Amino acid sequence: MKVEQRYRYLYKPVVFAACLVPAALLSLGVVGVQLQSSGSGGAVALALASLLGPDPVAKLLHSCGKTALNLILITLLVTPVRQLTGFTHLVRLRRMLGLFAFFYAAMHFVVYIVLDRGMDWHSIVIDIAKRPYITIGFSALLMLIPLAVTSTNRMMRRLGRRWQKLHRLIYVVAIFGVWHYYWQVKRDVRLPLLYAFMLAVLLGYRLVRRWQVRRHLTSRSGSATAPERI
Amino acid sequence: MKKLPAGIVPSEITPREVFLSRRSLLAGAIAGGATALLPEARAAEAAPLPKLPCTLNAKYSVSEQPTSYEDVTSYNNFYEFGTDKGDPKENAGTLRPKPWSVAITGEAQKTGTFHLEDILRPHPLEERIYRFRCVEAWSMVIPWVGFPLADLIKRFSPTSRAKYVEFTTLYDPSQMPGERDSILPWPYVEGLRMDEAMNPLALMVVGLYGSVLPNQDGAPLRLIVPWKYGFKGIKSIVKIRFTEQQPRNTWAVATPNEYGFYANVNPHVDHPRWSQASERVIGKGLFARQPTLMFNGYENEVAYLYRGMDLRRYF
Repeated sequence: MKVEQRYRYLYKPVVFAACLVPAALLSLGVVGVQLQSSGSGGAVALALASLLGPDPVAKLLHSCGKTALNLILITLLVTPVRQLTGFTHLVRLRRMLGLFAFFYAAMHFVVYIVLDRGMDWHSIVIDIAKRPYITIGFSALLMLIPLAVTSTNRMMRRLGRRWQKLHRLIYVVAIFGVWHYYWQVKRDVRLPLLYAFMLAVLLGYRLVRRWQVRRHLTSRSGSATAPERI
Repeated sequence: MKKLPAGIVPSEITPREVFLSRRSLLAGAIAGGATALLPEARAAEAAPLPKLPCTLNAKYSVSEQPTSYEDVTSYNNFYEFGTDKGDPKENAGTLRPKPWSVAITGEAQKTGTFHLEDILRPHPLEERIYRFRCVEAWSMVIPWVGFPLADLIKRFSPTSRAKYVEFTTLYDPSQMPGERDSILPWPYVEGLRMDEAMNPLALMVVGLYGSVLPNQDGAPLRLIVPWKYGFKGIKSIVKIRFTEQQPRNTWAVATPNEYGFYANVNPHVDHPRWSQASERVIGKGLFARQPTLMFNGYENEVAYLYRGMDLRRYF
């Protein structure tokens, strides 16, 4: 038995735990900040609050958004890595990674609504309608909803071939997500550009692969009618 | 604007030492962690900055509780040391604020390059607790130490052609590593209209919390214009020029649709990408959003400067 098969029962719990780490750290930070503002907790509260730094709302907002974006890119990495290494077990992790991406994107939105905007619905509607980077970020979140809803085995069976078509939406979500990040940054766009580059590589890989497979198929169908070479 | 009762020195309310000791508590709590590996960082903390003799100017101070020394000195924008708000504290150790000289040029009767000591000598220092509003929609309350910009300007007798004052930050990538990246057109330039510069609120700053300004907050000499967004408060000034033309301030040059010359705090004029109607108060927890005030609460003192001006156009 190969090593990768022997430990396959570990993959899911380990990845699950790893995906929870950012949420756990941010939650501890929230506890610290709350303890501090209630005037209790001392050194422990201070140490926990320092997880979020001087501007906790901005930190929560950016960390959730960045984690969502990271997880989206990681889900897009699954197929290339599987194809290049033959490590097929990765596919079993993809759904979990995608659902965590949705979770963090949703938390990003909740932090924006509750903490950043203080549930000021008027300003939220204006933001979404008038500020292009928020409009595309919001659309990316909306597009993630059908993907999360149809992620169950039952929905996969029910949708059949249409499932895969629907889930190609993740490419649009990824592009909108990186675009949202790029537009949001004040001046230093180096990191957003790095994300755009990584996304371009991941999407470019798929285009090249598609083109190769198609060429392979046509050359094979061609050789079927041609006389066999000796 | 609420005034602080006279006789109370605000830095006594929240002494700098308290924040420093809280820091060492934290360092103890995570002993064995990253801070223990950085002897320079600990040395920097161990050598507190010299105290500055100053008296509180209650007339120009607000009564809100000042933001902690720790937050004021570890969370700010100073792109010369990196674009992350934690970068200035981490990287500003390379700045050498002493010796320092300032060039006074342009439309004035007295010009030349002066040692900082000679620039500062005639000015008694005062402490002023000002609101600070960043264009990024966060805010602090900071006890600065400095003297009125107007008093400095008068010494150099600007001529009638001096319509504006332009300030320039040091350009020296060996001291300011962020200047190696072309994130902004260096050196950083800011400016004020002459009547704005002569307003008694405009402050030349040399310290905060009763002590010498730390490098990351713009040592050794910076500007604070409390009714304008923070980026107008240019740091580590090496040149002051009197000019007839409106200065081309760095952010307005870099992103003219988002940042203007005036940059007055104005809750009714949004940044193209976010609302300016409210602000996150640093150090006040998760639900610390408060409405932003016109001219950052200094409307009575400065509104006359902009009478008849379309503040949507001159943002």
